[in-house]
Amino acid sequence: MKNWIQIFTFLSALFITSPLMANINVFACEPEWASLVNELGGERVSTYTATTAFQDPHHIEARPSLIAKIRRVNLVVCSGAELESGWLPLLLKQAGNKNTRPGNKGYFEAASVVERLDVPVDLDRSSGDVHASGNPHVHLDPRRIQIISKVLFNRLGDIDPQGKTYYQQRFNDFSQRWQQAILQWQQQASELKGQRIVVHHRDWVYLFDWLGIEIAGALEPKPGLPATIGHLASLKKIVMEQPVKMIVHTPYQNPRAAQRLAKITNIPIVELPYTVGGSKQVKDLFDLFTLTIKKLKGEQQ
Amino acid sequence: MKKNSIALPISTGMLILAGLNSSFAANKANFNPDISLTLDARYGSFSNNSDYELPGFMLGGEASRGEQGFNLGHNELSFSNNIDDMFFGKLTTVIADHEGETEVELEEAFIETLAMGNGITIKAGRFYSDIGYMNNQHPHAWDFTDASLVYRGMFGNQLIDDGLQVSWLVPTEFYFKLGIEAMRGERFPAGGAANDGNGAYTAFAKFGGDVGVSHAWQLGFSHWRADIENRAAESHAHEADTIEVPTYAGESSLNGVDFVWKWSPNGNNREQNLKLQAEYFERNEDGNVVLEGSSPIEETTYQGEQSGWYLQSIYQFMPRWRVGYRYDYLSANNQGSDSAVLMEAGLDNEGHKAERSSIMLDYSHSEYSRIRLQVSKDDSYEDSDTLIFMQYIVTLGAHGAHRF
Repeated sequence: MKNWIQIFTFLSALFITSPLMANINVFACEPEWASLVNELGGERVSTYTATTAFQDPHHIEARPSLIAKIRRVNLVVCSGAELESGWLPLLLKQAGNKNTRPGNKGYFEAASVVERLDVPVDLDRSSGDVHASGNPHVHLDPRRIQIISKVLFNRLGDIDPQGKTYYQQRFNDFSQRWQQAILQWQQQASELKGQRIVVHHRDWVYLFDWLGIEIAGALEPKPGLPATIGHLASLKKIVMEQPVKMIVHTPYQNPRAAQRLAKITNIPIVELPYTVGGSKQVKDLFDLFTLTIKKLKGEQQ
Repeated sequence: MKKNSIALPISTGMLILAGLNSSFAANKANFNPDISLTLDARYGSFSNNSDYELPGFMLGGEASRGEQGFNLGHNELSFSNNIDDMFFGKLTTVIADHEGETEVELEEAFIETLAMGNGITIKAGRFYSDIGYMNNQHPHAWDFTDASLVYRGMFGNQLIDDGLQVSWLVPTEFYFKLGIEAMRGERFPAGGAANDGNGAYTAFAKFGGDVGVSHAWQLGFSHWRADIENRAAESHAHEADTIEVPTYAGESSLNGVDFVWKWSPNGNNREQNLKLQAEYFERNEDGNVVLEGSSPIEETTYQGEQSGWYLQSIYQFMPRWRVGYRYDYLSANNQGSDSAVLMEAGLDNEGHKAERSSIMLDYSHSEYSRIRLQVSKDDSYEDSDTLIFMQYIVTLGAHGAHRF
């Protein structure tokens, strides 16, 4: 009998871990949102990041570990605009967590609070993997991050009312630093205006819209479909007609297609960090844009 | 700091500084349900034309080796949506040809709670049971054209039943889920809806987690039991025109264990990934088998002991292309008072152990289309068979989920 009690106590200790210490436990779908939550929430939040910069956020599986994580958080922060539509709805349903249901305050979609680009006029799967709500990669425009941070810090205050003043202070501080940084980045990137760049996937729409860079073409013939030889040939033609500065891709995209185009056109390939953690030097959102602009200017390999 | 004192370095008019402007809300256009249509067709080529059997098992449900030549597979039409903030609902029909007639089968029709809270989810209606790993996967999500032999023999491909499921996700650091199901028990492998339509039960436990960023796993244990009134197996033509249908009544109890391991470099499964999957089930039955339609009535007592397992591995070696290998094994050791009747009912395995090896290669042009070639060396009964399948599976409509 005594043995059974000991075993039971041991198992309970193993399974029912004590509630986490932070005031808000956050599940961030992508590293950029984890970084923003940490800027705004400081020590009152504890953040788990579901994906890394080396994983394609369109193609994540609803893994058991992710379900277990959502079960125990009070806030889910994701890009939205159907970026995570293959896995997040399933995670939310399986986790059985009332707080994080879409529509409740524990569910936050960053793309839903900003204007989106690339909203398709005609929805048809023959156009590739298009998102009805527009391009979801909104974090690559720092002006949109500014708007998102304002809605997000208010949300943190709704969930943890005792921390309201704290979140307001953190937001004011972040916002001031962020706006200074934006001015600086815009200055540094002024020479990029009007430049033409070939992209792998249209992840860069918001960044280029902000900096006035033109997308000369995409390696994917249709969003989500891999490059073909015929498509690369047509890209070569585009490149020959009007000069292109570089070919860019994210850390999670295979550089093979970019290399093939580079070989036939002699245009340099640049891997941009895409999100926090996408390069060793990128530890937060500030680093992300600083390094991205340096790489676009060719100041850093 | 007041918000209007913030000097925004944003050119005016480019962006509206609004919180939740309605024009910004995500584009869930209307209240129509999500519709998803799956089209599936095959071409089959078999090296022998004997009637299919699995010695030691009564076949039922969808159990068959498929058809030769051009034929339609599992064409599925599915509607689903949130009903309100409490419930989700789904209906799936399968439109299939059976001997020249088009039949519409109701495969799923259930509601499920969205947010009871505390990790509890309740599901009611007709649904795929959550026992095992493969059981709740729709056929279009299978990695091979046909079901593994253990699912074919034990469940007639899949355990689908009408009832109620309660599951609880335990709030642990790793994944730990418990569930029970109470079912009607009318469909194969139960049968007869014993106990006034409350004749079958299941219980399951699932564990899972990650190992580093590149590996993920899940382990499950399952139990199913049923009180069976009349489980009819496939009819059996006998000497000119009498048709005898072996029918079982008694107890049935099944236990299983399933395991899945997945790997992809840095957890980025788009480029490359590997999946290793195995399941084992064993079943004990105790009752009587009658050959309905025989004259005089022939019957026997029946104590069944059946078990089987499969091991399969799927490797995506480059985007769009996957190869796979599966090994199946089944064995039965059934006893009865009249071995001749047992033999007639297909429950005598005649000393044969069923085995099958399959290889497959598939190409997915996008997430929505797949073309597959599969070759199996099938020794599930005495006449060794080589099966070749070519198949396409495409999905139209709602974006499917990337299940683990």
